[in-house]
Amino acid sequence: MPLLKNGAIADDPYTRVEGDDALPAEGAVLVDLARWESERDALIRRDGEVGVWLTSSETPAAIAEDLPHLAVVALEFPAFTDGRAYSSARLLRERYAYEGEVRAVGDVLIEQLHFMDRAGFSSFEFSSDQPEEDWITAQSDMKIWYQPTGDERPTATQLRRR
Amino acid sequence: MYKYDEFDAEFVNQRALQFGRQVESRLSGSLSEEQFRPLRLMNGLYLQLHAYMLRINVPYGCLNSVQMRKLAHIARVYDKDYGHLTTRQNMQFNWIKLADMPEILLELASVEMHGIQSSGNCIRNITADEYAGVAAEEIEDPRVYCELLRQWSSLHPEFSFLPRKFKISVTGSEKDRAAVKAHDIGLRLYRNENGEEGFEVFVGGGLGRTPFIGKSIRAFLPTRHVLSYCEAILRVYNQLGRRDNKYKARIKILVHEMGAEAFTELVEKEWAQISAGALEVPEAELERVRAFFVPPAYERLPEESPELEAQLGSDAAFATWARQQLAAHKQPGYAIVNISCSPVGKPPGDISSAQMDVVANLADTYNFGEMRVTHNQNLVFTDVRKSDLFALWQELVRVGLATSNHGLISDTICCPGLDYCALATARSIPVAEKLSQRFADQDKQKEIGEIYLNMSGCINACGHHHVGNIGIVGVDKKNSELYQLMLGGSAEEDASLGKILGPGFDEDGIVDAVENVIDTYLELRDESERFIDTYRRVGPDPFKERLYSAPA
Amino acid sequence: MATVKKNPVKFPDGDAGPMQQVVIANRLTDGVVVFLGRDRQWVTYLKDCPPAETPEEAETLLAMGVEAENNQEIVGPELIEVQDQNGTLAPIKMREAMRARGPSIRTDLGKQAGN
Repeated sequence: MPLLKNGAIADDPYTRVEGDDALPAEGAVLVDLARWESERDALIRRDGEVGVWLTSSETPAAIAEDLPHLAVVALEFPAFTDGRAYSSARLLRERYAYEGEVRAVGDVLIEQLHFMDRAGFSSFEFSSDQPEEDWITAQSDMKIWYQPTGDERPTATQLRRR
Repeated sequence: MYKYDEFDAEFVNQRALQFGRQVESRLSGSLSEEQFRPLRLMNGLYLQLHAYMLRINVPYGCLNSVQMRKLAHIARVYDKDYGHLTTRQNMQFNWIKLADMPEILLELASVEMHGIQSSGNCIRNITADEYAGVAAEEIEDPRVYCELLRQWSSLHPEFSFLPRKFKISVTGSEKDRAAVKAHDIGLRLYRNENGEEGFEVFVGGGLGRTPFIGKSIRAFLPTRHVLSYCEAILRVYNQLGRRDNKYKARIKILVHEMGAEAFTELVEKEWAQISAGALEVPEAELERVRAFFVPPAYERLPEESPELEAQLGSDAAFATWARQQLAAHKQPGYAIVNISCSPVGKPPGDISSAQMDVVANLADTYNFGEMRVTHNQNLVFTDVRKSDLFALWQELVRVGLATSNHGLISDTICCPGLDYCALATARSIPVAEKLSQRFADQDKQKEIGEIYLNMSGCINACGHHHVGNIGIVGVDKKNSELYQLMLGGSAEEDASLGKILGPGFDEDGIVDAVENVIDTYLELRDESERFIDTYRRVGPDPFKERLYSAPA
Repeated sequence: MATVKKNPVKFPDGDAGPMQQVVIANRLTDGVVVFLGRDRQWVTYLKDCPPAETPEEAETLLAMGVEAENNQEIVGPELIEVQDQNGTLAPIKMREAMRARGPSIRTDLGKQAGN
């Protein structure tokens, strides 16, 4: 699936390693939470970046201590109507001060991009014929926000006081 | 009332244009119905039995005359000349064309209105006491906080895909006209012993298939923390609310399964992390919003109006209306006027475009250009000079809006039911119409006194049947309509849930059954007891006996 | 992909006569209730809609409905049961009867009123 990052299609260096599948000899990997928990030290020692994939029922509290070792945290939307990952993204950014890549994976639609952007996601596995145009559309759709989030974009309330 | 500034206006305009684009994508086929459905719902557009239905938000029930005229215009041009007032203080139209939606939303945006979040699994229109700001017994005006909550909840980046819909209600009075204990979050504004303003916070109330009365999870929340505390509640709910079964997805189930204490602990823990953050309402913003809700330019008047006294003495019909429809006002010489939109034998809450236009003009003449929509599907003029009441009444009589049934048995809450709604299993409006005809006699209604009769056409309970003193729910039994009767509910400060009395009735049988219940009450009641008081004193048995024992 | 709600297709045996079925939907652009009539045309009155007489025919009609949904003509095609009532075809279920007529409390509106 194409990866949208900073408004453009980007190469995805990560290999998704599901369940107990063998790790590739080298290169960046994205593993499940269970794999991370059971092979944490080995994964840290291994050559290549490592990221963790959280399902929507797993919360970032489970990896809060490990975040300095993680280059990416992927948050899954099993259906676009399942909004748990929005909370996870905000917690990663605002509570745990995570500065790495927060990736939206799963059922990601253009209509959600602006919510995700504000919640702290920085990359999107996004199926579209024209992802870059869609990103621009999503960005231009909504320019006024009422809620403060970790991205520190000024809210309507803050703009009023300028 | 609140007035949009450039940011609010741009926000709603952007959203209208965005939905316009989405409608185009749908019509051209680049969005499937499955993909489009949640988008249209987030903009208030349903597909019902006969056509699309558009629900337009009336924030905490406050509406001005310009907006009312625009609603009349939309009814006339895009719908079939009428609208319907809902229990969330909104207005909905039943015959909307999808292709007209982009235009309609721009029309609405031009008068500071929209359908954003009037449906979908997100935070719905904030509701409030319809007498906010004017009730004689009010402690504080809740509208300032309603407006802050409205803004905070609009397209919230974290809470737009919740497990299920989420409803918040606010009251600032001892007398609860906002049903705060029947909401996902209910906020009761009051002053503590040190004179500080704060909220008692209720969570997990709600009706539907599994009704619950809200639990008080915080006795006193300083008002500046209202947004952060709600954010903490919503965050806990968004993460832990059930998503495996839509009938168990409301916060009331989470609170119930987890226990109020454990739930409260999580909320408090979360809140401790964010209470000092950016959501604390700055005093300047509070002042800015408060300025919109300062009282209008009242005249200094004596409490009593000799003119009104004379008119009450000389016109019996006016006196009847005035006795029933008026409520006490904070300001001497002014009255709160309830305008019934539930005339005898007509669908509760329906209002024609001609009536909307008249009401808008009357609001300009007599009520500082504003009005309120109530959760009982009626309208309120909050600031009428007592000396103007007679003239106002005469105008209302002319357009059929002078029914005298406020708080009486024919003033039912009633969902659209199977006549319109795709979810309904039985019709509800015809039963409400028949009931109001059965009890049409003004003296009889007056004798029965204060009573709330609520009626839904399915177990989803949009007609709030669980919290009616008398509740009726229609179900489908082998392709015919069956109506179950429940007694003892209340949505007020003494909130309680009604209990089903026994086997159900058919359409005419339920009307007879209600009459029997009323007769039983009239026989049993002590002097000046309301129906609910008598029921609480004697319990269901005398009513059961009357309805279900074999005839002698 | 469009999802299709489908009522079970039931055709009683023997002399009871065939239970008839039609496809009902809402038109995409205005939401108006329509039925799949002759020559794959969507019609607004049930009387203009010849029902399917066999299960095979019903399935064929439903497939056409799904195709029409995928072509952005209509929304929510469904097979419903109808029967002759005093010389007029009417849906058996209350809900569909309401859709075929219009609201019972406003007989001045909907198909019953020709608007």
